[in-house]
Amino acid sequence: MEYMKPSTAAEASDILARNEGAARILGGGTDLLVHLRAGTMEPGMIVDIKHIPGISDITPEDGGLRIGAAVSGQRMGEHEGVKQMWPGVVEACELIGSTQIQGRCTMAGNLCNGGPAADSVPAMIAAGAVARIEGPDGARDCAVEEFVTGPGKTVLGKGEFVSSIFLPARPKGASDSYMRFIPRTEMDIAVASAGVNIELNSDGTIKSARVALGAVGPRVVLVPDAADAIIGSKLEDPAIAALVRACEAACNPIDDKRGTVEFRTTVAGVLAKRAARTAMTRAQENATGDKS
Amino acid sequence: MKNIHVSTTLNGDEAEFVCAPEETLLDALRNRLGLSGAKEGCGTGDCGACTVEMDGRLVCACLVLGAEAQDAQIKTVEGMAIGEALHPLQQAFIDHAALQCGICTPGILVAAKNLLERNPDPTDTEIRYWLAGNLCRCTGYDKIIKAVQIAAADMRGA
Repeated sequence: MEYMKPSTAAEASDILARNEGAARILGGGTDLLVHLRAGTMEPGMIVDIKHIPGISDITPEDGGLRIGAAVSGQRMGEHEGVKQMWPGVVEACELIGSTQIQGRCTMAGNLCNGGPAADSVPAMIAAGAVARIEGPDGARDCAVEEFVTGPGKTVLGKGEFVSSIFLPARPKGASDSYMRFIPRTEMDIAVASAGVNIELNSDGTIKSARVALGAVGPRVVLVPDAADAIIGSKLEDPAIAALVRACEAACNPIDDKRGTVEFRTTVAGVLAKRAARTAMTRAQENATGDKS
Repeated sequence: MKNIHVSTTLNGDEAEFVCAPEETLLDALRNRLGLSGAKEGCGTGDCGACTVEMDGRLVCACLVLGAEAQDAQIKTVEGMAIGEALHPLQQAFIDHAALQCGICTPGILVAAKNLLERNPDPTDTEIRYWLAGNLCRCTGYDKIIKAVQIAAADMRGA
């Protein structure tokens, strides 16, 4: 095996293209090294992207924030700007693994694994995040909800890799939240999860919303019907009931030892309801500048 | 397979080693550099027995390649004591029996030290969450939490 550390995105994509199938990206390594050890991956080449300029940076851009592909979960949690603008995305990232995993794990890696239960992905989708993909023909952007095509499968083509995730700008009176269910308090994989992002009108009703569900289907899904159910409302009971119904209708989970179909479906609706309420409270706080 | 020459800073001193591309930092520390404090428990990042600090962040050394240590600052349990003087955490773990078999202890000490550097006065809950990635199958954790609190109080007073 060879270890490469390209110093530009173009060089990295060239290496990947020339070694298609044999080269694997190393960012935080918290999944790759587990695969290497287990023998479930035997790459001929490891491409460490951490030496590409900007890839470990959090950079303001167009009022939003560009999160480099090598920025760790812990680093996101330490960054006041990200926490203030996208608290739901940060709380999702911080749920990934232990303190030790947090020191290395990345949102980009969490996305590229293509797992249906990836914690940061519903939060990113709710946020309207966009993945920046570098490849042989230069850079292109892909909305996070379109990035994963199936379990472990993504839109990445030959020579392509994710170099950053863009979290868009947001006005005052807008916020987000992520919640997951696990049968313990720490260190587990979501049985069901929900990310909700809302923006309020000046009268306190919901102007726009995005709702995404994780671990209840082969891929994390954006649920426009759930968002429509709460737009125009102040999350009164009928709106919440409609949100829960829309979420349940969007669930297509597996039945396994970690949760039955019925359980995952019910819990997804409950989590969406709670995440919507938390996002609402946060949005109200930042509308008035009353930051808790 | 081509071996890689790595220059790094280990517990404040310059260190060099040669490792295979797929070799983990844990194996490099233990087998190339003779530092056997970090232990291999699971080898998959679940148990925390191999916890070391890399550029100020806790990592599982089993999930880091040796090659990634190039130009990094690595700190291990071997760097905690100053000469014969144990770190307050080490002393508290001994004095208050916060270990039995000892396999998890180096990782827990490194993780607890990193916590106290960030938060000198953590709650029990904060300590438990911080150490959730450090498994101990002997103590039941209570004595570990207590020893960290005692060391923290000691360090605040110092």
